[in-house]
Amino acid sequence: MIPDIYTVVHRQEEYPGTFTLYLQNQELKPLFFTPGQFNMLYAFGTGESAISFSGLGVEQGRLVHTIRAQGSVTRALERLRKGDSLGVRGPFGRGWPLENIQGKELLLIAGGLGLAPLRPIVHKAREGKLEASRVRLFYGARRPSELLYKEEVPRWSSKLGVVISVDHGDGTWPGHIGVITDPLKAIDVDGANTIAFLCGPEVMMRFCIQVLLRKEVPESAIYLSMERNMKCAIGLCGHCQWGPNFICKDGPVFCYRDIRAWFHIHSL
Amino acid sequence: MKTIAHLLHEHPFFHGLPESDLQFLASCGENCVYHKGEHLARENTPAKHFFLIRSGRVAVETFVPNRGALCLLTLHGGDIFGWSWLFPPYISAFDARALEEVRSLRLGGACLREKCETEPRLGFELMKRFAQIATERLQSARVQLLDIYGSNSPHPGTTQ
Repeated sequence: MIPDIYTVVHRQEEYPGTFTLYLQNQELKPLFFTPGQFNMLYAFGTGESAISFSGLGVEQGRLVHTIRAQGSVTRALERLRKGDSLGVRGPFGRGWPLENIQGKELLLIAGGLGLAPLRPIVHKAREGKLEASRVRLFYGARRPSELLYKEEVPRWSSKLGVVISVDHGDGTWPGHIGVITDPLKAIDVDGANTIAFLCGPEVMMRFCIQVLLRKEVPESAIYLSMERNMKCAIGLCGHCQWGPNFICKDGPVFCYRDIRAWFHIHSL
Repeated sequence: MKTIAHLLHEHPFFHGLPESDLQFLASCGENCVYHKGEHLARENTPAKHFFLIRSGRVAVETFVPNRGALCLLTLHGGDIFGWSWLFPPYISAFDARALEEVRSLRLGGACLREKCETEPRLGFELMKRFAQIATERLQSARVQLLDIYGSNSPHPGTTQ
């Protein structure tokens, strides 16, 4: 698959080292995707990196990706500015199972950068395009200065319940201070009628899953987005093999029931 | 007007306890309101009370020289604060400060200890509930220490 050329039309610095790129295809060609899927972004001369979709707007040929500069490719992407070009292959992988949420309460549980792959669902919820009976977002971050989408998150609460918890904060922070599992423990949910989408550090997801199971949310209704080193994005190279699955092809979104057997194996 | 026993019954900490136990404990309790900025407890002072937070936000803090009050976690309606009254020397380990108007039930520590000694079955039931919450807080503190949202993955046996 040959990368399409996209141009950076806007760049938003979220906080130092983490940024959002708004990309436009020169032919305004739509690229339809399911939230939770990802693209391979190609920084010319450096390489490719798998980055989840973090916004809607594909009808206008626009892509949105939020990226943390961590390796050589993402650091090269960080250097891109408005008007610069990059290559895009995708979409790849399996996204969030939006077909399963009809009539259910949807819990979105995000940690750190994990909010990015859930943001398109939040946007759908705000546009009234979700069939869930209710949507609540639980977002954990390191500190208030390291929250994503600071300007728009306050607006989200008009359409969905939003609980934000930071690990470290001072008296000026109006939300929770502590780990995200604490406010999650405090809520009342009808477990049998709830579906949960989790994305964040695996440690965080493990603890959140414990809370959800105690609230009698079935394993079959818990979905998580996994992250491994993805290279080819089509299940050929084996870099992202995880148990019997390839994260790039069979994931990155998995049902907890299906992956529980190896989710807790430390060496995988 | 709700009685103390009724308010105890409403708080999650006492869910499932028989009415007779709540009546037994009610004489230890009083209803109280803390305004924004007021302290429920101060570090290194006698821990006289056990707090059941009914509404509002409480910061559990410690003072760090040159940095001021450092908030470790916030507590909310349905949470509890304080178990230093359980163990000698009965001294509070942290500050607890109201971040907004806080409505709480306050139970006397000495009174509670006496009730638990008098009625060991109830005492054991309360200890189990304290132990569960203390365990959860310990787990949360450990996860906070991992700094899981940082750009560098946590390394076993090290702290940043």
